[in-house]
Amino acid sequence: MRNPQLNKHGELQHLLTLDGLPRGIITQILDTAAPFTEVAEREVKKLPLLRGKSVFNLFFENSTRTRTTFEIAAKRLSADVINLNVATSSTKKGETLLDTVDNLCAMHADMFVVRHESSGAPHLIAQHLQNTGRDHIHVVNAGDGRHAHPTQGLLDMYTIRHYKKEFHNLTVAIVGDVLHSRVARSQIAALTTLGVPEVRVIGPRTLLPTDVEKMGVRYCATMEEGLKGVDVVMMLRLQNERMNGALLPSPQEFFKVWGLTADKLALAKPDAIVMHPGPMNRGVEIDSAVADGNQAVILPQVTFGIAVRMAVMSMLGSH
Amino acid sequence: MHLPEAEQLIATLADKMRPQVTPETCLVGIHTGGVWLAERLHALLGLSEPLGSIDVSFYRDDYSAKGLHPQPRGSKIPFDVEAAHIVIVDDVLYTGRTTRAALNELFDYGRPARVDLAVLIDRGGRELPIAASFCALTLPTPLPAGQNLQLERDASGALTMRLIHA
Repeated sequence: MRNPQLNKHGELQHLLTLDGLPRGIITQILDTAAPFTEVAEREVKKLPLLRGKSVFNLFFENSTRTRTTFEIAAKRLSADVINLNVATSSTKKGETLLDTVDNLCAMHADMFVVRHESSGAPHLIAQHLQNTGRDHIHVVNAGDGRHAHPTQGLLDMYTIRHYKKEFHNLTVAIVGDVLHSRVARSQIAALTTLGVPEVRVIGPRTLLPTDVEKMGVRYCATMEEGLKGVDVVMMLRLQNERMNGALLPSPQEFFKVWGLTADKLALAKPDAIVMHPGPMNRGVEIDSAVADGNQAVILPQVTFGIAVRMAVMSMLGSH
Repeated sequence: MHLPEAEQLIATLADKMRPQVTPETCLVGIHTGGVWLAERLHALLGLSEPLGSIDVSFYRDDYSAKGLHPQPRGSKIPFDVEAAHIVIVDDVLYTGRTTRAALNELFDYGRPARVDLAVLIDRGGRELPIAASFCALTLPTPLPAGQNLQLERDASGALTMRLIHA
């Protein structure tokens, strides 16, 4: 079976997950993003690539940063952007996901940016478009359930490449709530595809998938073991809203053991960078002194995110 | 077809531009041949403003037909475009579409006082109302569509013009 994300010429048709996406495509996205970073410094912050195209931001789950950066990216490419806060619209009245999509297709949508609380929803939409012969419409997954958040994974790779140049000599630690994190899954897929030799995950066993080693990573039971000598520390947000049951004693307890403080960061290489996908819980997974410190690259991540989303959308929109 | 030496053409082009430029004139080369050419002209004309470069990938009118260039190099305009005298530099002038794309891109940086176009060779075959301000050689008969002229640079930095049959 063909990779559902690629068309018959091997070009990107939809961006649904980084798991199984060829290394060549990931590198092409990062290469394409580089010149887009400069557009923000121009008098006219716009390129004509998606002029006349309609991009629908279809958010079934709340998000401010991701929706905004997708919106800015699409607008910098001259697309018309329509934001649908589906959580408060037709779905509430009983319309199914695919009926919503069909209605928007009838309004001549060219691209859907989809966030959904259910894993697989963007894939379902992409499959529906293919089954109904609408190959000119593209889907970008902006985060689905616990499954994937590919543009976050890509912007993280862009950030790492920006500061560290190469992937083949890095040790990267992912810290925290991997179990509930679609970001972590996308990061792990991208890091292993790009040839990072050692990816460690650090966190309480209750917040790690049971088969985490099968994802090609090394499990570390303590911060001391996991952070030693790493080049990159990728923090995750503690996802209280996705937790059911008593997985943790308390946020304070979590911070004491797993929170990133200056003391713990000192175990990493002196030039290690600290990343966080946001929104941050200060004093829970990360200490303010680290979040605002000179090793943090958390705000550059946001800026690079716009260029990376522009790259994805311009590659999709070109065929 | 006999092609004149590129080095000879560059000297001719610089001679034609010299009376029209001031030290403040800004050159913008179009990737890739135009950038090499602009570097040479910049030295020959003794200009003081830093060189600019444009990759028109993001402004091409055939984007939806041909797709995005797999490795766009981006544009660098290291001077203030507002009220500047700018010369766009390209190796070969053909349909005029690249020049149009470069003009569109340039104007997204500001409003220049004046824009000129300098090319080594005008091969004919224009599809837009665009003409070079400075041109070292205009082919007496337009080059057939299947053929391509291309500036090449060897390891020593010497430039040569090559004819490619598609």
